[in-house]
Amino acid sequence: MITAGIDMGAKTIKVVVVRDGAMVGKAIMVAGFDSREAAEQAYAAALDDAGITKDEVEYVVATGAGRSHAPHSKRDISDVASGAQGVVTLYPAARTVIDVGAEEGRAIRCTAEGKVLDFALNEKCAAGAGAFTEAMSRALEVDIQALGPMSLNSENAIPMNAQCAVFAESEVVSLLHAKTPKEDIARAVHDAIASRIVSLARKVGFEPDVVLIGGVAHNVGFVDSLERALECKVIVPDDPEYIGAYGAALAAAAR
Amino acid sequence: MATKQTYETRPLECWGKAKEIRKKYYQDYAAAHERGGIRWAGGAWTFGAIPCGLGDDVHSLTSEPYAASIAADKKFSIKCLEATERAGYARDLCSYMRNYWGSVILDEYLWGGPFPKPDFIWQDHICCSHAKWYQVVCDHEPGIPHFCIDVAVGPAGEINENKLNYIVGQMHDGIEWLEEVSGREYDDEKLIEAVNNECRSTSLWAEVCELNKAIPAPLEEKTMFSLYVLGTLMKHSKVVADFYEELRDEVKDRVENQIAAVANERCRLMSDTQPPWGFLSLFRYLESYGAISVGSLYTFGLIGMWEDKPDGSWGPRTTPRQKGIEIKDRDQALKILAEWNLHKPEWQHFYSPHLKTEMMVRIAKEWSLDGVMLHYNRGCEGLSLGIAENRLGLLEAGFPVMTFEGNMGDEREFDLARTKTRIDTFLETLGFKKD
Repeated sequence: MITAGIDMGAKTIKVVVVRDGAMVGKAIMVAGFDSREAAEQAYAAALDDAGITKDEVEYVVATGAGRSHAPHSKRDISDVASGAQGVVTLYPAARTVIDVGAEEGRAIRCTAEGKVLDFALNEKCAAGAGAFTEAMSRALEVDIQALGPMSLNSENAIPMNAQCAVFAESEVVSLLHAKTPKEDIARAVHDAIASRIVSLARKVGFEPDVVLIGGVAHNVGFVDSLERALECKVIVPDDPEYIGAYGAALAAAAR
Repeated sequence: MATKQTYETRPLECWGKAKEIRKKYYQDYAAAHERGGIRWAGGAWTFGAIPCGLGDDVHSLTSEPYAASIAADKKFSIKCLEATERAGYARDLCSYMRNYWGSVILDEYLWGGPFPKPDFIWQDHICCSHAKWYQVVCDHEPGIPHFCIDVAVGPAGEINENKLNYIVGQMHDGIEWLEEVSGREYDDEKLIEAVNNECRSTSLWAEVCELNKAIPAPLEEKTMFSLYVLGTLMKHSKVVADFYEELRDEVKDRVENQIAAVANERCRLMSDTQPPWGFLSLFRYLESYGAISVGSLYTFGLIGMWEDKPDGSWGPRTTPRQKGIEIKDRDQALKILAEWNLHKPEWQHFYSPHLKTEMMVRIAKEWSLDGVMLHYNRGCEGLSLGIAENRLGLLEAGFPVMTFEGNMGDEREFDLARTKTRIDTFLETLGFKKD
């Protein structure tokens, strides 16, 4: 059976094509101002990547913040459900999923079957999401891709008190004026976001294995901070940003 | 997950009457002076039965329901909130208070015309905001006499004669004060009648809520908000007591005939604290999953008065009259009024979140709930106090809980789309799907 999942994220749209449970095609596009059009392009690109035509796709399920606007989908499920389903399929021992995207961070506790037992989301706040690291990299005048590796070279842990992305930016500027090494500031940024995410994880009562998904999972500095804060290893899939779309495609197959 | 079933449903027959009573209440207050009457303002928690002794032409404006009405009118609410902020008051204060102050500062009544200044203020101190609320109002409406009763005597389970007398003593002083500021002679018979009405109406409201234990529920919470509010306006009035009796009879009939509030009911929830008043559509959104909020400690216990029944269930409190007690004088009336109000469920959690958790778990069990939606209400420090502890208590008792942040009276602090997403996720985790 061939199905597809569309993750209409706040910043990017991810499409995954699944054949008999295996990911055979994927594509990602910036959502931009016309997210539906971007989704169409991502859908076509994912089919192309899989070498499959539209007619061969039996069912499409959407997820993500803009899922109600997804093209082709016949049903939608929440980010929490799709994330949990995608993770436990790849990692059957996973019991906690941490999903950090552009605009939202979430912690999910689930069963081996992917049933969600509890979840927690950050509220109307960028400080626990990817937008926070982007804002901080701008303040540091460092490319977002370089922020993670840079923080691994830090030799000092600096507390960052701000719980708010706006105030944190002011704090970063103050640290720069105080001639604090950028490496230490980068680590402080990751420690701050990890602290917020860990608070969500503790709220749901996390237990291993812990799997980190979402675009921010590519940031090695954040992964390092998260592991220190959780005091346990965190598994990062090869394509962490696609796991939500993968879970949606699996849900389409299991309908 | 329960199998899909469709119940018969129909609107409440007494709905229009409830709307009329509410409308007349606000009109009567505004027009009181034209008829030679008296206007007073105070919180919905205040001992409103007491000013009734000044006559039948005495009309009140209770501040929280008035502010909630403002909040439901988003355009006027923003105007009020911004006026309050321009006057220098912080944005994180009680949002009811800020809406009310804004209406006073702008000198605009929600129902049209200038803000009808009260002749006196009759208040009690149930939370920090209530203690300051009318102090600020008096700054903006100078010269209004203000009387306030301190009620901080602890939870119902710890009331003793001395504590009761502390409140009753203030009530006696208050009646002397009322005579002084109004220039009228106080009528104890009218007080006794008002106290009896209050006991009757608040017990009846609990009976209405108790009927919602039925499956399917005869009422859903969005409707209940429009019904309980009458008790917050004038629970001491015969009009409200009689209306609640009529409502009780109609709801009883709905239960007997399985008339549902939500035709596709298959998931029963409760909420907590005041809802975001400008976004009550949220409660309708639940219906797309066959979910219904059957009430909350807030809708049940802000006005309803409850007691343990012989079978161990929670039911309407037996009124003094039902016990054969006839009130004979002022002192007895005041003692009954004080004791009755101190047993209000919503009064207890000011002293400990654990008392609130016990009541919430009880509701979750007796009303056969599948889950709980907790509103982390940034607009009310009083009713949100300890709500995170309540969450833990409910989880420990085995009830799934979702939380959402918002504000009962400040729409700027509520995100409808995200809250709907959260509901989607919660109901999905409970195993329910959209119809």
